[in-house]
Amino acid sequence: MHSVMPVEKLAPQDFASDQEVRWCPGCGDYAILKALLRTLAEIGATKEKTVFISGIGCASRFPYYISSYGFHTIHGRAPAIATGVKLANPDLDVWVVVGDGDGLSIGGNHMLHVLRRNVDMQILLFNNEVYGLTKGQYSPTSRMGTRSPSTPQGSVENPVSAAAFALGSGGRFVARSVDTLRDHLPEVLKRAHAHRGASFVEIFQNCLVYNDGVFADFTAKEVAADAQIHVAHGRPLVFGADRGRGLRLNPGAIELEAVTIGEDGVREADVLVHDETNRTLATMLAAMEPPHLPVALGVLYCDPAPSYERSVMAQIDEATSRLPNGDLNALLRQGHTWRVEA
Amino acid sequence: MPSLVPREELEAVVVRFAGDSGDGMQLIGGRFAQVTALAGNDLATFSDFPAEIRAPAGTTFGVSAYQINFGSRVIKTSGDAPDVLVAMNPAALRVELEGLRDGGLVIVDSGAFTERSLHKAGYESNPLADGGLAKYRTLEIDVSKLTLEAVKDSGLSRKEALRCRNMWTLGLVSWMYGRDRQPTIDWLHEKFAARPELAAANVAALDAGHAFGETAELAEAGHAYTVEPAHLTPGLYRTVTGGEALAWGLVIGAHLAGLKLVFSSYPITPASQVLHTLANLRQYGVVTFQAEDEIAAICASIGASYAGSLGVTSTSGPGLALKAEALGLAVSAELPLVVVDSQRAGPSTGMPTKTEQSDLHQAVFGRSSDSPLVVVSARSPSDCFETAIEAVRIAIKYMTPVIVLSDTYIANAAEPWMIPDVDGLPRFPVKHRTEPAGFHPYLRDAATLARPWAVPGTPGLEHRIGGLEKDFASGDISYDPANHQRMTEARAAKIAGVADDIPPQGVEDGQQHGRLAVVGWGSTYGPISRAVGNLRDEGLDVSHIHIRHIWPLPKNLGDLLGCFEHVLVPEMNTGQLTTLLRSAYLAPVEGLNKVSGQPFRIAEIEAAIRTRLGA
Repeated sequence: MHSVMPVEKLAPQDFASDQEVRWCPGCGDYAILKALLRTLAEIGATKEKTVFISGIGCASRFPYYISSYGFHTIHGRAPAIATGVKLANPDLDVWVVVGDGDGLSIGGNHMLHVLRRNVDMQILLFNNEVYGLTKGQYSPTSRMGTRSPSTPQGSVENPVSAAAFALGSGGRFVARSVDTLRDHLPEVLKRAHAHRGASFVEIFQNCLVYNDGVFADFTAKEVAADAQIHVAHGRPLVFGADRGRGLRLNPGAIELEAVTIGEDGVREADVLVHDETNRTLATMLAAMEPPHLPVALGVLYCDPAPSYERSVMAQIDEATSRLPNGDLNALLRQGHTWRVEA
Repeated sequence: MPSLVPREELEAVVVRFAGDSGDGMQLIGGRFAQVTALAGNDLATFSDFPAEIRAPAGTTFGVSAYQINFGSRVIKTSGDAPDVLVAMNPAALRVELEGLRDGGLVIVDSGAFTERSLHKAGYESNPLADGGLAKYRTLEIDVSKLTLEAVKDSGLSRKEALRCRNMWTLGLVSWMYGRDRQPTIDWLHEKFAARPELAAANVAALDAGHAFGETAELAEAGHAYTVEPAHLTPGLYRTVTGGEALAWGLVIGAHLAGLKLVFSSYPITPASQVLHTLANLRQYGVVTFQAEDEIAAICASIGASYAGSLGVTSTSGPGLALKAEALGLAVSAELPLVVVDSQRAGPSTGMPTKTEQSDLHQAVFGRSSDSPLVVVSARSPSDCFETAIEAVRIAIKYMTPVIVLSDTYIANAAEPWMIPDVDGLPRFPVKHRTEPAGFHPYLRDAATLARPWAVPGTPGLEHRIGGLEKDFASGDISYDPANHQRMTEARAAKIAGVADDIPPQGVEDGQQHGRLAVVGWGSTYGPISRAVGNLRDEGLDVSHIHIRHIWPLPKNLGDLLGCFEHVLVPEMNTGQLTTLLRSAYLAPVEGLNKVSGQPFRIAEIEAAIRTRLGA
């Protein structure tokens, strides 16, 4: 959304910092970093205007590996710090990188408010359904039954759905991708960047050490085609190896159902067409889970509204235009004053 | 204008307006303070109100009071025992009578002393009839009835009409002290511009109260006074509360630094007035942000400072506790930040509308690990202005968080303030780093030990910072043991070095040596100053030292305290500065501690001084 016009377009590697990357070998974060470097190059970002802000956790090491401005802050608070950055300088291009614990547990409140305020930034939530840096405890997105050092008999908690949370918080842009989707992820990131306002991207990320294969039920090669649906605005919601399956609204139950085109009288015209400005549809797409329904990936929802910091600046511009010189002596002298003579 | 009635001349007087929290006592108190200031008196006020917005009417816990001390001499406190108590109902009389000086004047609305309201206030019998007021002079006036008569042509309902009782009372008190009521009339017309009938009714009540003084021949009864103007330093004055002065000080501080002010706060009593004041200053480019919680408020301020603005947040004790982790980040990231703490009585929710000074230790020490920062304190409402500017100056020069300690008393109290000329204040413009050659984010200035302030958006200075320990030279993440030792020491030395950049500690009143030093900080300034002054007039060997810079302490303070046989520290906590001074100087410091939610009385400090001096 930021019309950055670099003199010379930078290559992905130009955005890599000189720091040694310290994630575990095979971590999904490597693939995300690669996708992001590519995205920054393709959108024509400039290093000096780009700011990465993170909280605490494996994902939050991210800013160290990008040769832009970066601030590795405290657990859960990245959205609040990023809000301050945008209030100070709305022209900066701010990316927030958080994990599922950072963004939805300790920082859940800030996530709610940054989304409902619609502060202009890209929020990348790396969801690996586990606390990695603290060695493997279950997280707010862990599925019921997850065994971990702190839930030896299995978690009895209902997990939060990141995308549903973002939609429920009033987010105006909600998208999803997977760490290993080499072409899909940069495209989603570019869309997030193009959206003015808070853009929320949930990235399913595999933690090789503590939660390996947790998303295999829809990311494994042999099931991906039937377990994922890549949504695109204005296109039919179809999926499957031969794109022979689709999503249909069951009006009686007000829910989505997966159908096979050509079976039981289902025609292509019965399949829903994705409308990314439809919050209700986005909410139903976000709720889909295997095995009965595919996981929806791509831009689930995009319906821009005025961003917070721009609205604040508009108020300030309006107010300062009424008082062009801002005489501070006049401020101190407004109301009742009196002079004590010598 | 004062009429030609015989008036007794007074040097100073303390009036306390008390009523139900819905009776508008804070409002008429504030108006009376305004006209008193315009009459040229020095003054100090004190608001004492319940936390409940509308406590059940007529109850003792719903009593709201406003006290004003004004005079022809310099006024330093809102006064010990009131000379005059205005009680709008039995509950107010019951709660407030104890504070009135013996022989003081009680003005009551006898019309409000019904059987039901007496019962609600817990009176078994009517104190107006049973001799309960024998120690005092009384003026029993059926204010309710007289107000209804005064506004009968206004078309207001009985309930609305009775709400003008406060203006009737203000009219009477204005007459008693020969105060001009035109500024109040103007103010009423402005306030009720949309409802002229309310303005007219209030003015009618004000006029009727004023006329009552004349027609009831109160002067002949000895109830008319005059208080001559005080000898204040020549200049242009206004009244100011601590909340306003703090807000304006922050705006001017940012202006002197050449920075945009980004103020983030979460509503909390008694700090919210700073947010309200600043939210109305968008025409000066001030950005205010009401965050979702205390943590987000400080984090947004840190983000704003990181991006090159002056980040400021404001809170009270429980909020400061929530901000502690983020303060640690600001210490580690070495970013400028101003945090205002308007202290209130605690622990926990405590007494949110009552004053205390019990966050000193939290401000100086209340974070994980060794996280030194700067703490300054304001002594009075008007002093908040200078203190705020000082906090901004230190924060940006040393790239550090600075905590400003104010308190409930200061936040709400009003006093006359000689308005400074902004153009005459020394500027301290910030130069953000722009030169890429030789840049390292943690390379310190040799003199201040401050790191450079390199702001996102600056080409060639891209860098990463955070809460992880940094290498002393490169600023990269470092777990090196010797480096952590060195960085911890560097952070401490930077803050300690601020002591070279603040004025040496002076003595407010008295000798630089002697038998007893009374050492205060914050809002105890008024009562200590008056108590020491009174006793010095009697010839006692006592001095008053008042500390603004709580951390680091002024460099000469230890030596100065060593020049006194005894050191007494009155503070509204159980001994926090006392402990700090003892540990800093191994000095035999003694505390005088009060935690009632009420400011010190002059007499309490005088008695403590006399005891120490055996006088």
